[in-house]
Amino acid sequence: MSDPVDTGEPMPIPAAVTALIGVTRYEEEGGFAVEHGYIWTTCAAVENANPLFWDDDVAATLTGGPIAPPTMLSVWFRPHHWSPGRSEPAVPLQAHFDLKAELDLPEAIISSNTNTFHEPVRIGDRVRSRQVLRSISEPKTTKLGRGRFWTIDVEYLNQDDRLLGVESYTAFGYRRPADTDQASGDSA
Amino acid sequence: MNAPLLLLGDVAVGDTLPGLDHDVTATTVVLGALASRDWRPMHHDRDFAINRNGTRDIFLNTPNQAAWFERYVTDWTGPTGRLGRMTFRMDTPVFPGDLMSFNATVTLVGTDDAGCGWIDLDVALMVGDVVATTCATRVAVPVDGQDNPWSRHGDDWRP
Repeated sequence: MSDPVDTGEPMPIPAAVTALIGVTRYEEEGGFAVEHGYIWTTCAAVENANPLFWDDDVAATLTGGPIAPPTMLSVWFRPHHWSPGRSEPAVPLQAHFDLKAELDLPEAIISSNTNTFHEPVRIGDRVRSRQVLRSISEPKTTKLGRGRFWTIDVEYLNQDDRLLGVESYTAFGYRRPADTDQASGDSA
Repeated sequence: MNAPLLLLGDVAVGDTLPGLDHDVTATTVVLGALASRDWRPMHHDRDFAINRNGTRDIFLNTPNQAAWFERYVTDWTGPTGRLGRMTFRMDTPVFPGDLMSFNATVTLVGTDDAGCGWIDLDVALMVGDVVATTCATRVAVPVDGQDNPWSRHGDDWRP
């Protein structure tokens, strides 16, 4: 990600978009309860031998029972690839895709994200999430193109309304310069 | 419990963590993507990755990289280590055929007002000499043999 340059050319943000800053949207419940199988699959994928996730006695001693790895926070919320009655794949982080459309910025990358972990996620938890647009920058130009940075928080809560964690995504939505088509990073 | 238990007093600013190397294969990428329920084709469909994303192959997705960073840090702390915060910056993709190498340096050691012991780390995922992803990590570890960061809740847990 190149360092941004402020070109000093203001592009007005639609009032309807400005009004969304700080507003909680897209509150929804995950499609299934937190389950052990996904935890083992994730640990196997990265060869994580932490006994907290494999040894019930260790989990009972340290955390009062089995928990999920903290970095799995968003796993419990990603929609199924397909489900009955749906013809198009569901899109996680809908607020991000809304902004791309509303600001007419067809390309975007996630430039950084911060995950903050609160209460442990436990087997059987029903996780809810909600999305909050925190900020939109002034227009910037980077090597990728001209656009804006924005930050969206995804807050996760359990069935008792206890905060499990927050994922804060900073994205750069942009238009490519006409003469380049190089993409990099985890585009979204 | 036979796992290592790192205490706050065992650590000093400037300490480095043991390295971790892993050969990335297509299985690494696909297994990691599906484990994190990331169905996007650039993480399992080589043709899509090359022709639509303009990358040279499928590549590790961000949630799976997070799981790798967690594993790397808690290999060091042992199970009493409790992650508080991770900030990622992705610079270049990680592809099958890459040897990814993790390293980390301690940047802060201290306790907060609630008495929780914290270690800040600058963690890097390298491919050769190139930094692919950085992860600034804040992890809580016991201040003594009786402490357990996992027992902290509410105002006693300030990640």
